[in-house]
Formats: sequence, C-alpha cells, structure tokens
Amino acid sequence: MIEINMQETQLPLKAEARNLSFFYGSFQALKNVNMPIYEKRVTSLIGPSGCGKSTYLRCFNRMHDLYPGNRYEGAIDFHPDHTDLLSPKVDPIEVRMRISMVFQKPNPFPKSIYENVAYGLRVRGESARSVIDDKVEAALRSAALWGEVKDRLNEQGANLSGGQQQRLCIARALATDPELMLFDEPTSALDPIATASIEELITELKEKVTILIVTHNMQQAARISDYTAYMYIGEMVEFGETDQVFIKPNKKETEDYITGRFG
Amino acid sequence: MPQPSDRLKKDFSRHFKERVIEAILFLAAFLSVFTTTAIVYILVKESWIFFQHVPLTDFLFDTQWTPLFDDAHYGIMVLLSGTITSSMVALLVAIPLGTIIAIYLSEFAPFSIREIAKPFLELLGGIPTIIYGYFALLFVTPLLQKVFPELPGFNLLSAGMVMGVMIIPYVASLSEDAMRAVPMALREGSYATGATRLQTALRVVVPAATSGIAAAYILGISRAVGETMILAVAAGMQPNLTFNPAEPGATITSFIVQVALGDLPHGSIGYQTIFAAGLTLMLLTLVFNLIGFYMRKKYREVY
Repeated sequence: MIEINMQETQLPLKAEARNLSFFYGSFQALKNVNMPIYEKRVTSLIGPSGCGKSTYLRCFNRMHDLYPGNRYEGAIDFHPDHTDLLSPKVDPIEVRMRISMVFQKPNPFPKSIYENVAYGLRVRGESARSVIDDKVEAALRSAALWGEVKDRLNEQGANLSGGQQQRLCIARALATDPELMLFDEPTSALDPIATASIEELITELKEKVTILIVTHNMQQAARISDYTAYMYIGEMVEFGETDQVFIKPNKKETEDYITGRFG
Repeated sequence: MPQPSDRLKKDFSRHFKERVIEAILFLAAFLSVFTTTAIVYILVKESWIFFQHVPLTDFLFDTQWTPLFDDAHYGIMVLLSGTITSSMVALLVAIPLGTIIAIYLSEFAPFSIREIAKPFLELLGGIPTIIYGYFALLFVTPLLQKVFPELPGFNLLSAGMVMGVMIIPYVASLSEDAMRAVPMALREGSYATGATRLQTALRVVVPAATSGIAAAYILGISRAVGETMILAVAAGMQPNLTFNPAEPGATITSFIVQVALGDLPHGSIGYQTIFAAGLTLMLLTLVFNLIGFYMRKKYREVY
C-alpha cells in the first residue's frame, strides 16, 4: 500500500487514479496504482526504465487504445465532472480533446508552423480564420516561441531546431485549451539550454493548466514539480510533495533510488 | 604469431579475389547501363532514318496515321490521343481506388485483414495482361453495352477501365508502403490532439507520405502508357484521332504490336515507323519518370 502524506490536503483535485491496473496482453504493467493529481500543480513521475511511468501517463489520454490487446482495470476519476477516463463508455477522442500530450521526441507534423499549432483546432471543426489566428498566436506566446517564429509561420515545422520543435509541440498541445497536459520525458532529446527553456515553460504553464510529467532526470523532477511519485515495476512506491520525497522519503526504496544507490 | 611487418604486406591472394569480385560486380552494373544505352542508340538511329523521309512537323502535327496506305500519313498525334485517352480512363479508376485501398490497409484494417488482403492485391498484379485484355473485350464491353447500347465492340473505355484495375495493385501497394513508413510518433501526435482516425489518415499520414504516393501514381501512369496487350485486344487497333473513350482507337503500343506482327518488309518506311513510335513512347515515360523524380525530391519528408 502507498502512504500519502501531505500538508496541503485541501487542494482541489484534477484527477485521481483508483486501483489502476494495466495489461499489455497478459503482461501486467501497472499494479493497483492509486494517486491524486492536484489542479494547477506539476506532478512528476520518476523511476527506473520499465517501471511503468510512461504506461501510466498514457492511460490518461487513452493512448493504449490505439494498439490491440491492451486492457485497463480500475478507474481514473477526472474532475470536475467525475468522468471515468477509462470507462469503455467514454470516447477516447473526447478524452484527448480535454487532455493533451507532449512526447519524448519532438514530432511536428509535416506542415507549416502555423498549421501545426492550428491542427487541434481544425480537427475540432474550427474554420474561422480570425479565431485560429488568435489561438495560434496565444499558444505560440505561451510556448515562448512567438518571438522566434512570428515572421516565418509558413515555414515547415521540421525546419526548426530540436528545442524549438519541442516548444512547437507544446504550443500545439496548448492551442486547444487542455485541462491537463501530459509530458512524456519532454527534454530527453534536447540539449541543456533547450531543456532549461522547456523547464521554465512548464513552471509558467502551471498557472493555467494541470501538468503530469514523466522524467528520467531526478534533478528535473526536483526543480519543476510540486508533487513527485516514485514508481517501481508497475507499482506506486511513494507519492508526496516533491520536497518531502527528495529530502525525507518515507520509503527505503525511494531513498535508494534518489540517492543513486539504485537505478 | 604474425609480426606487424608481415601484416602490413599486401596479401596478394586476397587482393586478387577482391579485384575479381569487383570486376564481376562492375560487369553486372555495366550490362544494364549498356543495354539501356544500346536500346536508345538503336531507337534514335532507326528513327533518324524515318525522319529523313518524313519531316518532324508532319510527324507532330499531321492528323492522320496511315503508314500502310499508298497515301501515307504519319501523324503521331493520332496514336498519342489513343494512349492519352486510355491512360486517363485507367488512372481515373486506379488512382482513387488505389489510394482508398492504401488508406484502408495502412490506417484502418486490422492486422488479420491486412495480412490476407495484401497478398491478394499483389496477386492481381501478377495476372498476365492478355487475360485482362480478353476480360475487357468479352466481359466488360458487353456489360457496358447494356448501359450504352451504341458502344462499339472495340473501345478505349472498357480497355482503359480494365487497365485501371490492372494498375490498382501497383498504386495501392506502393502507396500503402509509403503510408506505413510514416512514423508512429506522427500518428500518436495527431491522435493526442483529439483527431479521429480519418483525420489522422487524411491530414497527417497522407501528407507525410506524399513523395511515396506521388511515386506510386507516376509508376501507375508509366504502366498505363506502356501497357500493350489489353489495348491491342480490346481497343480495336484502329488509328483514330479522338479523346472520346467510347470510340475505338490505337495506341502507340498497340500499333507497334500490329506492325511487328505484320509482314512489312525490312527497311520500308512503314517498318521504320515503329522506331519513331517507340522513341516517342520512351520519351513520354522518361518525362513521367523525371516528374516522379522531381516530386520525390520536392516532397521528401524528413522524419
């Protein structure tokens, strides 16, 4: 069982995983995960490779539905309307309209910078040029990319540098006003300067949106997140405020991982 | 234990073997280049003889093609119109259907269906074209005549349609390969924004695979332009300057068959025409290949 220790327990929840298990065919990748996600906070998931952090993250936008043989058990209660994201009655497309995602490797579409950001609006049926123009500009500004690309919005997204491409992907994920943003190791393909700019961006974004981030980099989790969860072989070992988890972990396993004795 | 100085010496037997293998590989590569060059040389040389008797302007602008008559006319436009009309009909069938099949197989079909459907599709491309020809003449034309009773027994429409069916597998299979080569990360990026499968397929996968799909279309066009048997059997081999598919017509290829089968004396102008026609055909496919090459370069995607 996990222990949840918190001083600020009054914070509103954005989502809550309840007894979440996940299976790739017959392989159980997540075992009874329980975890709260607090609204407008950054929650990071750490743990060694293969521990199930990405698998867990991808449950939130039902990414596993794209591949046959995957199965969820348990529930993710999404606030404020208490939708169970994993319910078979819930359309994964509706889920993805509310929860956006940024991937490990920047994956801009083979389109212009403008069209990359406008994509989410277009698939929602938005066609008014003025609305799209405004949203694209706002998203690019929020992603700290507007100044660099405002004069070349019609250039291909792939022409940008790696760090700019990742910020473009963040802009794409922001343009549709998501309630929750998922980041799957967003800086692992980037150099330290680009990483710093993305980290700064995430810290700014939490004013507007709840963020769940998977990271391989413990310093990154310590720098940017309010809450940290340590996972190991499909289980949630410890969850708590980031300072508490890093300075005074409750579990021996967490301490071993954080201090580098393991992993 | 060999000393370093030994190892630095040339190993002559290995060196010799390498040279032999290199020579064999070079010969294999040279043979194909040589063959192509030789074909072009002969086509140009024989066409040169033809063009000494027939002015180029007649060849390009004359509206009659009657090389076997006493009053001979050599207007290639007549044959070209047959080739273009039948190819257009074929492409109107093959490009939409081939693309839809490719999108279905790549983006929608479950694994089990794809594994069955793709070999069948490729089998369609392995049917000898003479069989398609008879199919057009004896099955499709009578069927079309039920709808359009005035349709002649030989016509470009049914030949073109069946040719389109023949080309579908090439277009579908190559387009599908191009779409499947689009990285999963792009699809996931699209789905993650809330896109449906169809939106992902049409707005992300197809644009990302443009260069491969364009190459598939160009190959389809080249096959349509170069196809012989179906047209020789079902389209009537009557030179006819028309862009109306409901009429009979001869294409460049079917004319070459006709003359090559006939009893034209060597060295006569009539005989020489097939080289001029062959050269035209080759230039035509060369143009399409160049367009294909250009499209691939222009739309090549870096993932």
